[in-house]
Parts: sequence; structure tokens; C-alpha cells
Amino acid sequence: MSLDPRVNRLKLGDPNAVIKVEEGENWNVYEVFHQEKRGAHHEHVGCVHAPDPQLALIFAKEQFARRKKCVNLWVVKSADILAFDVEDEDMFANNLEKTYRDASGFKVMEKINKFKQSSKGTTDVK
Amino acid sequence: MLNKAITDLLTKMADDELILGHRNSEWTGLGPVMEEDIAFSSMAQDKIGHSWALFRILEELPEGRQADLNAFCRPEAAFKCCHLVEYPNSGYDFSLMRHFLFDQAEAVRYESLQESSFEPLQQLSKKVKGELKYHTLHANAWILQLSRAGEESYDRMQTALNEIMALAAGIFEPARDYEQALIDEKVYPGEKELYNRWLDRIYPVLVKASLNLPDLNAIAPAYGGRTGQHTPYLGPLLKEMGEVFNLDTAANW
Repeated sequence: MSLDPRVNRLKLGDPNAVIKVEEGENWNVYEVFHQEKRGAHHEHVGCVHAPDPQLALIFAKEQFARRKKCVNLWVVKSADILAFDVEDEDMFANNLEKTYRDASGFKVMEKINKFKQSSKGTTDVK
Repeated sequence: MLNKAITDLLTKMADDELILGHRNSEWTGLGPVMEEDIAFSSMAQDKIGHSWALFRILEELPEGRQADLNAFCRPEAAFKCCHLVEYPNSGYDFSLMRHFLFDQAEAVRYESLQESSFEPLQQLSKKVKGELKYHTLHANAWILQLSRAGEESYDRMQTALNEIMALAAGIFEPARDYEQALIDEKVYPGEKELYNRWLDRIYPVLVKASLNLPDLNAIAPAYGGRTGQHTPYLGPLLKEMGEVFNLDTAANW
């Protein structure tokens, strides 16, 4: 089951099923993305309930830009977001033979320790 | 003379903002939906902030009184707010329409003050520009939204507009003795000019919302507030607003 009923989930189980957005109420939920400074990414900060995108933006300004620095906001109807179904999380699991793909597979700690060791060495000389 | 004229202008502007700020704040906790409740309360706070800024300018003028005393300790007859801001909140339709008409008037007024010869007002007008842009955007969005939300909603918006128009026209009551001096000294363009600019501003929004502007020749603007004649609603509001402050006017906050 989807955790968030407002988000559409792509059902991999049934390829013939049509993705349908229920009309339901005329108020919708909009996801809000907040930009802290020009050039920075818009980051997801939460959602607002509003009758149309313009009012969603207005409400978002009050909810999410009042107490924190903000230069811009985006709103996106939650229903317009397509996400994988939670059940299909297994698709993301790397199997044991592919651990080389994990970022943790890179053996950097050895190098870092070696570097630390060597710089410590130089301090000792002084 | 000019000092008195400027005091009169600042006082009526400050009183409008203070009283409407208080009225609109009465919606806090009772707004139609949470998001709107917060937005409307926040804008009410902005209005109190504008009035505070104006009272601070007044304080610096010759014979200026301390801002708090000006806000909380004046008799009713010394207030110069227009009748529009005094009316109680009969419903959200009324309050939204008042918010739309008042904030558009406020925006027009502050825009004109960007060229004021009176430096403090010129500076304040630049400071509040962004806030007013947001307030009018909010107001316009609601007017359009509710006018297109079915027959009952449309009727209520039209009724509110019909009821409020004469009150809103009262915002632009010319100062009896000072109007020409303020215009001549380029402090501001005068109420008549602001009234026309305001009509130009609200008309396109009303057209978009399919709302009918009442016949302006048939309405009698609600004048009197600027000379201290008020509706019966102002007295109780002032009493409530100053209740805590007047327990001890010398207390430190």
C-alpha cells in the first residue's frame, strides 16, 4: 500500500492499468519547494492545501518562507508526482555480487588514515 | 501649517492601519482554513507594523507624542480612521472584500509616496513595497477564486462589494484644511487623484471576477472619519484594544 495516498504510484504489477487521478474535492494538496538563495536548489519542505496553484503559492509563502530566508518557491500538485510503489522497493536492493556499486565500496578510509598518519609524522618532526 | 498638514496625513494613515489590523486580527484562530488563517493573521500584523512605523514618524515631528500613547490613549474623537476599517467582521466575504479594497488603496497610496517630498514617508513607502505586493496578490487571488466558485459564492462576493463600496470610497475623504497644501508641497498627490488611481487598479480585477462595480454616482462616500466622527463600532474596539495598556500606561514592556 502507498504510504501517501495523494501521490500516484506506478503499478508495475499491472501493465494495462490506467493511471487515473481522482477528481474528488476541489481543494488539492500541493508540495512546496523552497529556495534559500538564488542559484541554490529548490528543496522540498512540506505541503499546503489550496484550491488552485496560485493560492497554493500564496499559502506556501506564509507557511514556509515566513521564518526562514527565501528568495523563491515552487508548488507542484501532489497528484502530478509520479513515484514508485512502496512495494517495489526491492527493485532498489543491490544484490551481493554488486556491492562494488555502493559508495561505501570505495576504500577511501585507508587513504585518509594514511594521509593523517603522514601529516602527523611531519608535526612530530617539528 | 505644513507640519500640521503632515501630522493629519500621517495620523489618518496610521489609524486606518491600526484599526483594520486589529479588526483583521480578530479572525486569528477562526479563519476558514488553517493556511488562510495564518496568512490573514500575518497580514493583520503587517498592518499593525505599518501603523507603528507611521506613529514613529509622528513621534519625531514637533509636538509629536510617543507612539504607544498615540495608539492607545487618544479619545475616540481624536482618531482619524475611515468608517470602512471600523465595521465589525460580519463574515469572511465581508472581510475579504474589505481587505481587497483597502489594500489596493494602500498600495496606490504608498506607491505615490515613493515620490513624496517628505523624506520619512518616501523611505517607508519603499520599505513596505514588497509586503503590499503580497497583500494585493493574496486579495486578488481570493476575489477571483470566490467569484468563480458557484452561484452562492458569487452572490456573496457581489453583495459584499455592494455593501462596502460606499465605505471604501470614504478612504479618500479629502483633508478639510490641508489637502491643497499637501498637494502643492508635493507630499502626496491628494485624495481625489488617489481615488481615481485606485479605481483604475480595482476595476480590471472586478472585471476578471465578473463582479459589477456599483454605480459610483449613486453612492455617497462614507465621510466623517477623518474629522473624528465615527461609527458606533469604534468606541468598543478602542476600549478593548487599549485595555491592557491602560492598566498602567507607564509600564515597561
